[in-house]
Amino acid sequence: MAVMTYLEAIRETLRQELRRDNRIIIYGEDVGVRGGVFRVTEGLQAEFGEERVIDSPLAEAAIIGTAIGAAVNGLRPVPEIQFADFIFPAINQIVQEAARIRYRSNGDFGVPLVIRAPFGGGVHGALYHSQSVEAFFAHVPGLKVVIPATPYDAKGLLASAIQDEDPVLYFEHKAAYRSLKGEVPDERYLIPIGKADLKREGKDLSIITYGLMVSYAQRAAETLDKEGISVEILDLRTIRPLDVEAILDTAKKTGRVLVVHEDNLTGGIGGEVSALIAEHALFYLDAPIMRLAGPDVPAMPYSPPLEHAFMVTPDKIAEAARKLAKF
Amino acid sequence: MADNSVTPELQKDIYYHMALARALDDRMWILNRQGRAPVVYSSNGHEAAQVGSAFALNRGEDWIVPYYRDLALVLAYGMTPREIMLHLLGKADDPNSGGRQMPAHWGLKRRHILTTGSVVATQDIHAAGLALASKILKDGRVSVAYFGEGSTSQGEFHEALNFAAVHKLPVIFFNENNGYAISVPARKQMAVMDVAARASGYGMPGVIVDGNDPLKVYEVTRQARERALAGEGPTLIEAKTYRFVPHSSDDDDRAYRSREEVAEWKKRDPLTTFEKYVLENQILSADEHAAMQKKIKETVNDATDFAEKAALPDPSTLELHVYH
Amino acid sequence: MAETVLMPQLGESVTEGTLGQWLKKVGDSVDKYESLLEVTTDKVNAEVPSPVAGTISKILVEEGQTVPVGTPICEIAVEGGESATVEDEAATGTEESSPAQPQPTQEAASAPQDEAHRGRYSPAVRRLAKETGVDPLTVQGTGAGGRVTRNDILEASQHKASTAPATSPKPAAPTLAPSAPPAVAAAGAPAAVDADDTFIPVTNVRRVIAERMVRSKQTVPHAWLMVEADVTGLVALREKLKTEFKTREGVNLTYVPFMLRAIVEALRAVPMMNAQWNGDTIVMKKHINIGMAAATDRGLIVPVVRDADQKNIVGLAKASQDLVQRSRTGRLTMDDLSGGTFTLDNTGAVGTVLTYPIINAPEVGIVTMESIVKRPVVVNDMIAVRSMVNVCLSFDHRVVDGAEAGLFVRTIKQHLESITPQTSIY
Repeated sequence: MAVMTYLEAIRETLRQELRRDNRIIIYGEDVGVRGGVFRVTEGLQAEFGEERVIDSPLAEAAIIGTAIGAAVNGLRPVPEIQFADFIFPAINQIVQEAARIRYRSNGDFGVPLVIRAPFGGGVHGALYHSQSVEAFFAHVPGLKVVIPATPYDAKGLLASAIQDEDPVLYFEHKAAYRSLKGEVPDERYLIPIGKADLKREGKDLSIITYGLMVSYAQRAAETLDKEGISVEILDLRTIRPLDVEAILDTAKKTGRVLVVHEDNLTGGIGGEVSALIAEHALFYLDAPIMRLAGPDVPAMPYSPPLEHAFMVTPDKIAEAARKLAKF
Repeated sequence: MADNSVTPELQKDIYYHMALARALDDRMWILNRQGRAPVVYSSNGHEAAQVGSAFALNRGEDWIVPYYRDLALVLAYGMTPREIMLHLLGKADDPNSGGRQMPAHWGLKRRHILTTGSVVATQDIHAAGLALASKILKDGRVSVAYFGEGSTSQGEFHEALNFAAVHKLPVIFFNENNGYAISVPARKQMAVMDVAARASGYGMPGVIVDGNDPLKVYEVTRQARERALAGEGPTLIEAKTYRFVPHSSDDDDRAYRSREEVAEWKKRDPLTTFEKYVLENQILSADEHAAMQKKIKETVNDATDFAEKAALPDPSTLELHVYH
Repeated sequence: MAETVLMPQLGESVTEGTLGQWLKKVGDSVDKYESLLEVTTDKVNAEVPSPVAGTISKILVEEGQTVPVGTPICEIAVEGGESATVEDEAATGTEESSPAQPQPTQEAASAPQDEAHRGRYSPAVRRLAKETGVDPLTVQGTGAGGRVTRNDILEASQHKASTAPATSPKPAAPTLAPSAPPAVAAAGAPAAVDADDTFIPVTNVRRVIAERMVRSKQTVPHAWLMVEADVTGLVALREKLKTEFKTREGVNLTYVPFMLRAIVEALRAVPMMNAQWNGDTIVMKKHINIGMAAATDRGLIVPVVRDADQKNIVGLAKASQDLVQRSRTGRLTMDDLSGGTFTLDNTGAVGTVLTYPIINAPEVGIVTMESIVKRPVVVNDMIAVRSMVNVCLSFDHRVVDGAEAGLFVRTIKQHLESITPQTSIY
């Protein structure tokens, strides 16, 4: 067991998986010689060669489209989209092709494909290097969307994603890469996709969130604990398919729910989580479901005060939770 | 006419599939006009290009990624007439999609026909991806993307050619240029005369072939396949042809094509031209030809009856196969 | 003055850097933008330029050490009087979460309209109230604006479970504690506020009144009727006795004890009026405890004359005067304010002749005694000047109908009219 950053956990998992199964290939822009712009794939081409860690042309639709073809023909591609913001040229390939191929072929074909993409803000990435794009894909049946919150989860969820027979989007928060550290077992293990993780037990209110926001919520919970507010935290881990049971369990337990995400408020996962609770746990609610999310502006601005105003922070989470606890 | 190195047996087989495709196609239009098939996309006029190229491949092993025009192609590639009719009528046992997709959205894993969507040129990249795997796995397969000339305006066509050329992938890009993307003529689609001219920009050969001559198409496809297998990378083939019917059963081509133009092309109908060739060259005797016609008629009737009697999908299957 | 140089953030997602090599040592002079040191991160290796011109005065981090972004790494003595501290530009934005902006104060956020949360029940409270049998009206809310929370109900149900008599024959004992602060929505339509309007905070008493009135009007089907009584005899009796009474008993003789007495008689005649609606059952009250609505500086309160049926006019006079006295001086106890089974509202004191009182739920009825006025009335077919009083009754039509209510007010009327100057008050 070693202490690793979130980024190292992903890299070591890729390494372990590439060693385990020679059908796995990695490709994308700059993933080879350079090891990726964030160094996630550093050293992998040196170990596995140019045929398995491939520098692709700078064309996202081609990256995903070829990955679909390669997956159908026996490989397990793990392409990287350099920034989640750049995934949009490949939307047609992801949504209309990868996600539908099993369904439209009546189960004849499957696309075992993992698309990795760094996402999220707070790193001075501005409009085109900060976006949270998960809600677009969470809307699409046929896709799975995974967003790990810890180095441990990063490993177990990535291994599960690679093992999955269907397309999985695996989003990695840029600010988590080097700021989150934790113990990661050396051996391979799987964390099931579609299962949430109760990160912290509490009785006054539940924070339902995912990704980087889990650790922000944990920081907020520690502050609130000193104020006598007991916070439960549910890490969704997978935002499609959602772990409905876990969501309803925590909502029923505390009766007060705060959903947190960095992605824009409107049409975000918070809306879906809220709807599920309203539909299935109404008579356990002791307060309106509250959402804390990125504001409805087109994308995260660059200048630090603007960026800070956009970002969901531990302070903002604590403030929202306080309000909810008082209700 | 064409390269006589193709054996007579193979030529018979090519003729048979072209004729069967045309007969099936004609039947589909009848079913449509009877109100029994909501929509039809035709390969009428493209039979030589499709069947000729299919027979140059290792059918059922090499991957083909067709588009909606490719009825004759998938028939030549091993999809049965019954399966094609099941697909047309959206029946539960349609192997393409179980009645989920519109007609002419082919896909059959058993025969290595990759499933396809409606957005044009997406399939070009899939062919490159299939070839990427073949290159890495060294499985000896070649992949072929089929597409109309209109779709070459799409970015994904260009991305696919570029990707395949950079990585020298065993793939063939097979364009069936019939001059129209529904109503839009090729001159409004591109500022070059030939789709094949695109190839040089990506560093691959671009080959123009008479798409109404199955033997010529067979030959250029065979050569492209050999290049691919030799690790020399992709080839862009442009088969010049014509469709004799509207884009689909919902279209009326009189709005954009003159009858004279259609009649002119009709003189070069690949089916009648090749039929004349095989009969004149005694590749097919008159008796054999008559027997073949009879067999085709029976096959089409059988496929129609079979598909019409087949069950429609149960609504309870709506949510099947979202995930594995 | 000295300028502190911080470890810059070299690249998105980078949180720390390792010092490669110092290119300057202490005492060296350095130009602005001249390279100071080399830094290695797992993304880049870069030379860090000086943010200012000056002389290296301190090196704080040794070569080979790895420190978080934002850590001071050296100090540069700046010559001259430049007072502006130029921060390392690369470092200014490195804080992942700078301190939160001051939030609008909580007080401002929970202005008067917050009170409306009282009596608004969440789905969870409604469900639990049903499951546990706890009436949220009887529970003190701890939520925002006095809202009864889920926990409040759960705690109340635990308390109830531990204090309930073990052999209670009925499933749910009725709650008889009008003194417990109820919590019915007193919200209603939002007020229309104009720019020059002012706000008065709602006091606790006002809020309780509001809630109880709303609850009563919303849950009890009120019916109303009135009788008039000829109290000429009563007026004469009081005139005759009042001076002597004051001297002997120490309290004023008002009409109230006579009215209380009349109510007692009526309640005896119609016991259904001394009852409470309880859903599946009607609770018949054994005691006759009559509340008297009383205006005080702080609002309307209803102190209770206990066992009114066991007191004569003197006793009723003393008890009622005592309650009025103590309510004015704010010395009532919770006992004084609880346990009522019927209410008298002496509206005549404010000069009215006809009112429509709101029932003090869960009681069944409330009567008013209006102003006693001299009026010409027909007596034995002749017009006479008589002292007349109107008595109004609001009653819970779920419990009694017009026939009983009519009997009830007729009994009051007969009792009042039977009083003559010769009637004994002992």
